[in-house]
Amino acid sequence: MVPLLLGITLISFVVIRLAPGEPVEAMTAMSPKITAETRQRLREFYGLDKPLHVQYATWLKQVATLDFGRSFAPDNRPVTDKIKERIPVTISLNLIALILEFGLAIPIGIFAATHRDTLYDKGITIFVFLGFAVPTFWLALLLMYFFGVKLGWLPISGLHSLGSETLSPMAWFVDLAKHLILPVSVATFGSLAGLSRYMRSNMLEVIRQDYITTARAKGLTERAVVYRHALRNALLPVITFLGFSLPGLIGGSVIFETIFAIPGMGQLFYQGVMGRDYPLVMGILVIGAFLTLVGNLLADLGYALADPRIRHGRG
Amino acid sequence: MGFRESWFHAVFWKRFRGNRLAVAGGCVVLLLFAVSLLAPYITPWDPHAIDAYHVLLPPSTDHWFGTDELGRDVFTRVVYGARISLKVGFVSVGIAVAIGVVLGLVSGFYGGIVDTVIMRFVDIMLCFPTFFLILAVIAFLEPSIWYIMAIIGLTGWMGVARLVRAEVLSLRERDFILAARALGASDARIIFRHILPNALSPVLVSATLGVAGAILTESALSFLGIGVQPPTPSWGNILTSGKDYIEFGWWLSLFPGLAILVTVLAYNLLGEGIRDALDPRLNR
Amino acid sequence: MTARLFCCLAALVTLVSCSGGAPPAELPRRGAGSPAYGDALVVGTIGEPSNLIPLLASDSASHDVAGNVFNGLVKYDKNLELVGDLAESWQVSPDGLTITFRLRKGVKWHDGTEFTSRDVLYTYRVTIDPKTPTAYAEDFKQVKSAEAPDRYTFRVTYGKPFAPALASWGAGILPAHLLEGKDITKSPLSRHPVGTGPYRFKEWIAGQKVVLEAFPDYFEGRPYIDRFVYRIIPDTSTMYLELKAGGLDMMGLTPVQYARQTDTPEFLARFNKFRYPASAYTYLGYNLRNPLFADRRVRQAIACAINKDEIVHGVLLGLGQVAHGPFKPGTWPYNPSVRDFGYDPARAKVLLAEAGWHAIGSDGILTKDGKPFSFTIFTNQGNDQRLKTAQIIQRRLAKVGIEVKIRVLEWASLLTNFIDKRNFDALIMGWTIPQDPDIFDVWHSSKTGPKELNFIGFKNAEVDRLIEEGRSTFDQEKRRRCYWRIQEILAQEQPYTFLFVPDALPVVSARFRGIEPAPAGITHNIIRWYVPKEEQVH
Repeated sequence: MVPLLLGITLISFVVIRLAPGEPVEAMTAMSPKITAETRQRLREFYGLDKPLHVQYATWLKQVATLDFGRSFAPDNRPVTDKIKERIPVTISLNLIALILEFGLAIPIGIFAATHRDTLYDKGITIFVFLGFAVPTFWLALLLMYFFGVKLGWLPISGLHSLGSETLSPMAWFVDLAKHLILPVSVATFGSLAGLSRYMRSNMLEVIRQDYITTARAKGLTERAVVYRHALRNALLPVITFLGFSLPGLIGGSVIFETIFAIPGMGQLFYQGVMGRDYPLVMGILVIGAFLTLVGNLLADLGYALADPRIRHGRG
Repeated sequence: MGFRESWFHAVFWKRFRGNRLAVAGGCVVLLLFAVSLLAPYITPWDPHAIDAYHVLLPPSTDHWFGTDELGRDVFTRVVYGARISLKVGFVSVGIAVAIGVVLGLVSGFYGGIVDTVIMRFVDIMLCFPTFFLILAVIAFLEPSIWYIMAIIGLTGWMGVARLVRAEVLSLRERDFILAARALGASDARIIFRHILPNALSPVLVSATLGVAGAILTESALSFLGIGVQPPTPSWGNILTSGKDYIEFGWWLSLFPGLAILVTVLAYNLLGEGIRDALDPRLNR
Repeated sequence: MTARLFCCLAALVTLVSCSGGAPPAELPRRGAGSPAYGDALVVGTIGEPSNLIPLLASDSASHDVAGNVFNGLVKYDKNLELVGDLAESWQVSPDGLTITFRLRKGVKWHDGTEFTSRDVLYTYRVTIDPKTPTAYAEDFKQVKSAEAPDRYTFRVTYGKPFAPALASWGAGILPAHLLEGKDITKSPLSRHPVGTGPYRFKEWIAGQKVVLEAFPDYFEGRPYIDRFVYRIIPDTSTMYLELKAGGLDMMGLTPVQYARQTDTPEFLARFNKFRYPASAYTYLGYNLRNPLFADRRVRQAIACAINKDEIVHGVLLGLGQVAHGPFKPGTWPYNPSVRDFGYDPARAKVLLAEAGWHAIGSDGILTKDGKPFSFTIFTNQGNDQRLKTAQIIQRRLAKVGIEVKIRVLEWASLLTNFIDKRNFDALIMGWTIPQDPDIFDVWHSSKTGPKELNFIGFKNAEVDRLIEEGRSTFDQEKRRRCYWRIQEILAQEQPYTFLFVPDALPVVSARFRGIEPAPAGITHNIIRWYVPKEEQVH
C-alpha cells in the first residue's frame, strides 16, 4: 500500500516535471505586470530553486497532509476545495452508469452465452461493440440534437433546469433525472461491451466444466443448471472486473462532462491541464489514483469474501 | 514448429472461418489497408486543396462526401485520414506491445524481486485514469502525432505485461522448457525460442483490440483540440471540425464518424474472432 | 487598455458585448408588448469566470459578469460618446492636465453603503500598487496626483496631456469599505463581488452557472429583467443546441450558423439576429527580430501572396470585411484611402526575387544562401477562424514557394513559451479595437520589452513620434492626422498583414423587447430590455 502510494505520487510528479517551462512562468504569464521580486517569491514558495528530489520531498510532505497547495488559476483557491466540490458529481454520475452497466451487461452476457452462435448472440455482439466503437462526443451530439432539439423531450446539458431550486423535492429530483438520462446512457452504452463479453466467456467456460456436466447428467433442467450452478461461479470473476472499472469512474468522464457541461472532475482536470494549473493537475492525479487504489483493495476484499476458496485457502 | 503450423491450418483457420463476424471484421481491416496504401489512386483530389469559394457543399457526383469548411473534398480527407488513423493505431500499439512483452517476459521468467518490482509498477500505472495521464502529458508537450502515438503506447502496455507474465508462469515449469534448460539452453534462448512464441497469441488479441482503442483515443484527443493537428487529416479531427455542423452540414461528421465506428467495430470483431479461434478450451 | 491582449482571445468567439458601427440588418418582428418586470436572461459562456474583481481578471468571462456588477466613472453611450456613469459630470482644466469628477450622490453599493470619492481613490491606489497583480495599471500610472477633496469630488492631475485619460476612468470602481487595508488577492469579493451596477451578485455554482439579480436601488432605475444567468457550457456545439432548444437566450453566432443554419422561419420566429462590424481585427504578425522577416520586401511579398477576399469569403462567409490597418472602418481614426498591395502573386515573386529568394530545387521552394524559405505560423487554440485563416494562408504561400507550418497552442503556453520569449516566426492573432485610438502599447518602440505587447519588435521613429503626438493632444483633427499617417506607414512596412474585421453576429430570443441596435452594439441599454408579462418564462 505505502509503496504504491509513493509510486503514484512519484509518477504524478514526473508527469508534471516533463512540461517545458516553469509553473511560475505560467502563473505570472497572465499578469504581465508582476515583478521579478514576486516571481522570485513564488519560486521560493514552490521550492523551484532547489534540486528535483528536494522539491519532490517537500511536495510529498505537503501531500501527506492532503494539502495540494493553491490553484494557479486566477481564483487562487486551494486545490482541495476545488476538487471537493467536483468529486461528488463525477462519482455519483459514474456510479449510476456503473450500476446500469453491471445491471445490463451481466444479463446480456449470460443471454449471449446461453444462445451461443445464434443470431441473437451475433446481434448482441454487434450491438455492444457499436457502443464501444462510436466516438462518444459524436453520439452525444446526435442524441442531444435528436432528443433535445428535434423532439424536445430531454434537456440538453447541465444538471438542473433554471429555477429548479424552487421546485418541490420530487419535481427537483425528476428534473435532475431528466438531465442525467443522456449522459448516463452515453456512458453506459459505451461500457457495455467490456463486461458483457467478459461475462459471456466466463459463462461459456463454466458451462463446460465437470460439475455442470454432472448436474446435467442428474437430469436437472437447463434453466436450473444455468441459473443455479453456472451463474454463481461465472459471477465471481466479475468482482475483479469491478476493480478494473474504477479508474474509469473518475477518468472516463472528460469528454462527456465537456460536451454535456457537467461540472465534474474530468472537466476540472481538462481545464487544469489546458491552463497549466500544475497544483490542480497533480492533486487530481494523486487523488484519482488514490481512490482507485482504495477501490481495488475493496474489490479484492469483496472477492475474498465471496470466494470460499480464497477465504479458506490462500487468504 | 511443424506441429504448430499444422495446428494453425487445421484448427485455427477452420474455427476462424466459421465465425462470420470475425471474417467480416478481417475483410474490413484488409480493405482499410488497401485504401490507405492506394489513397492517391482512389481519389483525384488533393486532401489539402482549399477552395474558399466552395465551402460546405453537400455531397454530389464531384464530391462524394461533400466539401468541408475550407472547401476541401471530404471523401479525400477521409481516405487520407485512414492512413493517419491506422498509423496512430499501429505505432502506439507497437510501443505498448514491445514494452509489455519485455516487462512481462522478464517478470514472469525471473520471478522474485524483479517480478515484484515490475508488477508493483504495473499496479501503480493501473491506478491512474489512463486518459488523464495522456491528456496531461500531451497538453504539456505539444500535440504532434509522434507524441500522441508515444504517449498512448506508454500508457497502454500494462495489460500486455500481465498477459505475457501469466503465460510465462504457466509455461515455465512445462516439460519442454525444463527439457531445454536441462540441455543447457541459455535464458535468452529459452525466452525467445520457447516461451515467447507460445505467449504471443494472447498478445495478438490484445494488440488487435488495442488498435481500436488507440483510434478512439486519438478522436477523443482531437475533440479536445490536442489530437493530430490540422491540416493533416485524421478521422478524429475531421469529425471534430464537423461537429459544429451536425444539423446542416451532416456530411462533415457522418462520414468520418462512420469510418471510426466501422473500423473500431471491425478490429474488435477480428480480435474476438482470433481469441476464440486460439482458445483451446473452447472446443466444440 | 493593456487588457487588449487578453480580450482578444475570446473576442471572436462571443461577440455579443462588442461594439459596432453600423445599424444592424434586422429588427424585431413581434409587437412591442408593454414593459414589465420579471423573467431572466440566460447567456452561455465557454469558460468559467476566474475572478469577479475586474482589476484582477484577464479573461473575458469574468469581465462579462463583472461588467454588470460594477460601474466606472464614465462609460461609452450607444453612440460611442463618453458620458458620465458614476460621475455626474466632469471638468477638464484648460491645459488638459486636470480632470475634476463630480460624483453622483446617493449611489448605493449592493450592501447598502453609500458610494463616495473614497472608493474612487481606493480603486486608483490599489490599481497602481505594485503588489496588485493587475494588467490594467498602465493608464493610471500617467496620473501625477489624485485627491478626493470632499465626498462627491474626485480630482486627478496628469504630468503631461494624455488623450486616453478620460476613457481610462471607465474602469470598474471597487468598494473601499470592503477592501481597504486588506489583501485584495485574498478577498472574498473575487467570488462574491459587491458593486454599484444594475445587477447584484446572487450565486455562483462552480462549473454550472453564475446568477445575478436586479438591484432594485440602481441609480438609473431597477432593470426590467430580474435575473441575469451565465451558464457555463464548455463546448460550442452544445451551446448552439442549447440555444435552439430554448436553454439559452443569447449568444454570438459563427458565420456558418448565421448564414446557413438560422434562416429558417422557425428560427427567425423565435430569435432576432443582429449583424454589425465587431471592434476587432485579425492579423498575421511577423517577428521582426527574425532575419527572415527583416527585409521589408519579404513582408510585402507575403502580403501580395495572400488573398484577403478569399479569407473573408472562406472563413467569414462574407460576414466581415478586409482590414487594412489597426482602426475600425468608418470611425474617425480610420484612413479610408490606405490600401495595401492587394492580391498579386506575380508581384510577390518579383519582390522575393529582389530580396534574394530564388526557386532552385524541383519542389518549388524558394531558397537563399542554401536555406529554404520555411516558417511556422502560431495561433491559439479554440479559435476556429484563426486556424482556418492559417490553413488558407499556408496554401497561398506554398504557391509562391514559401513553406508554412502551423502550430496551434493552448493560450497560456503560446503566451509563456513563445510570445513572451519572442520565440516565434509569425502568428495569427487578434486585437480588440478600443474606442480611443491610442495604440501606444502595441506599436511604440518602447513597448518591445519582455512581456510587453509590441512583441513583434516593431521600431519606427516616425510612428513613435506620431503615437506620442496623438496621445498628448485633445484636438481630434490633430490626432486624426497622426493616425492617418501611421496607417500609411504600416501599410508600406507590413509589420502585420492586417487580415479582416469580422462582423459580430449576436442572436437574442424574440421575447426580449426594447433592444435598440446602435453603433455601440446591442447591450448598451440592457437594463431597459424587457419581456412582456404574457411571454415571461422564468
